[in-house]
Amino acid sequence: MTLDVAAIRREFPMVGKQIDGKQVHYLDSANSSHKPNCVIDAMSTFMREGYAPIGRSSYTLAANASAAYEDVRTKVAKFINARSPREVVFTKNATESLNLIVQSWGRVNLGRGDAIVLTHMEHHANIVPWQMLAAEKGFEIRWLPLTSDFQLDLATLDQLLKGAKALAFTSMSNVLGTINPTRELCTAAHRAGAIAIVDGCQSVPHMTTDVQQWDADMLAFSSHKMCGPTGLGVLWAREELLEAMPPFLGGGGMISDVRLDHFTCAELPNKFEAGTPPIVEVIGLGAAVDFLNGVGMNEVRRHEIEVMNYAYRALIDRYGDDITLHGPTNPELRGATFSFAFRGVHPHDVSQVLDERNVYVRAGHHCAKPLMRIIGANATARASFYLYSDESDVDALVEALNDVSSIF
Amino acid sequence: MSNLEDLYREVILDHYRTPRNKGELPPPATCTEGTNPLCGDEIKIFLDIRDGVVHDVRFSGHGCSISQASASMMTATVKGKSLDHVRAVAKRFKQMMTIEENDGSTPADVKLGDIEALQGVVKYPVRIKCAVLGWNTLLQGLETTEG
Repeated sequence: MTLDVAAIRREFPMVGKQIDGKQVHYLDSANSSHKPNCVIDAMSTFMREGYAPIGRSSYTLAANASAAYEDVRTKVAKFINARSPREVVFTKNATESLNLIVQSWGRVNLGRGDAIVLTHMEHHANIVPWQMLAAEKGFEIRWLPLTSDFQLDLATLDQLLKGAKALAFTSMSNVLGTINPTRELCTAAHRAGAIAIVDGCQSVPHMTTDVQQWDADMLAFSSHKMCGPTGLGVLWAREELLEAMPPFLGGGGMISDVRLDHFTCAELPNKFEAGTPPIVEVIGLGAAVDFLNGVGMNEVRRHEIEVMNYAYRALIDRYGDDITLHGPTNPELRGATFSFAFRGVHPHDVSQVLDERNVYVRAGHHCAKPLMRIIGANATARASFYLYSDESDVDALVEALNDVSSIF
Repeated sequence: MSNLEDLYREVILDHYRTPRNKGELPPPATCTEGTNPLCGDEIKIFLDIRDGVVHDVRFSGHGCSISQASASMMTATVKGKSLDHVRAVAKRFKQMMTIEENDGSTPADVKLGDIEALQGVVKYPVRIKCAVLGWNTLLQGLETTEG
């Protein structure tokens, strides 16, 4: 392993933990990641020593808290290579970020006769908000299909994009692990006069993100999948788009003035941050970004490719045709998220048996039911790895699957 | 694996591997669909009720071993039984699954038989929904049938 994984694992209190005398193997990081000590400590220290409301009161402690909060905005902007922190909005979670896009940008820009393009590998969070608005506004939702090797079928993209106003897609599938050609997709969208909206939930925690290199217009991602706390999501969008968009939620913090008959909005990004934000969580995310930068996102990616190669070999060597991986086999084209079918055993039974050995995988439809129907699975078991995963986690998975064989 | 043996008892695995009454019934039998949104399990229960008795019953769909075995056992239990008896067994089953309180209204002579094997599911709260999917769908079907 290129990374000093042992040192990284020591930073995560939940990693390598024992429950009922057996070591836990957490293979559900695509769902939510564990938190390193620095994140836990930053939040705890802030609440013990630096806590104050932000953006409103002028006493020193509040000013310091505001500065700490805004520092994180700058860190996050740098982490994704945004042009300015003004383009970074903190939300409740990535789902809220996507709903903000739909309800603010979509409500103004989409009506009868308009169209948007989604892909068959989207998470429900990048489907349902659009369907909700489409039911109201009557615009068309078109779908970019998959190829037989679990990639997006780019052959039909230009045709689908004709007259469309937006292409909204995931940069990495939470089921298949497929990493999509984000830059190429953004370019295609722009060629057709559409904006490019990226759901970065699965890719941002695992590899370098560069919204300028992608030439993307909007990006949504969550804190809790990238070593940060829950309760916090991020929306990034190009400044001119955010300027033109109406506010999403109304309330304190997002206004510059309120009269009895009207209000005026605050400047960016406050316009989109109504109410007291998740201050403590933002401080935690700042520590998570520092932690990931310290390791290096290219190193994280390289490590996950190694774990993937090891897992792929170990699973196929041991189980051959008894295991079916739903997703690309080339590690360069995928992230370390493996959906699999095992000997026809229902994924819930697989995860139940694995749980007995403290091997934690997710079973179900992974909030991507349209995709599940397309790949012909009602559910899959999914093992997902992160920077703190190592060979022992893979070995435990391989060993525990043997118990599934014995029972079913 | 002792806990698992309690969950995956032989009679359950038997019903899972060789489900009873799997299939469909043509109209006028009714068809009721049930889903478990958490795991994506889907089930259809076909009911042919005559003179207050479950004359015939089938189930189709897909799901985990617990949901499939429970549905299979359910069909085997209710076939040929009066609707009153079916409701009483359903109630007793839900009491065993701890999702309904035992208010003493179910006659003591209502026996669960093989279904008792699903007792082990109670230790795995997430799986209770799997075990009751077929039963809840059946109860919905009874309501439809009776208008």
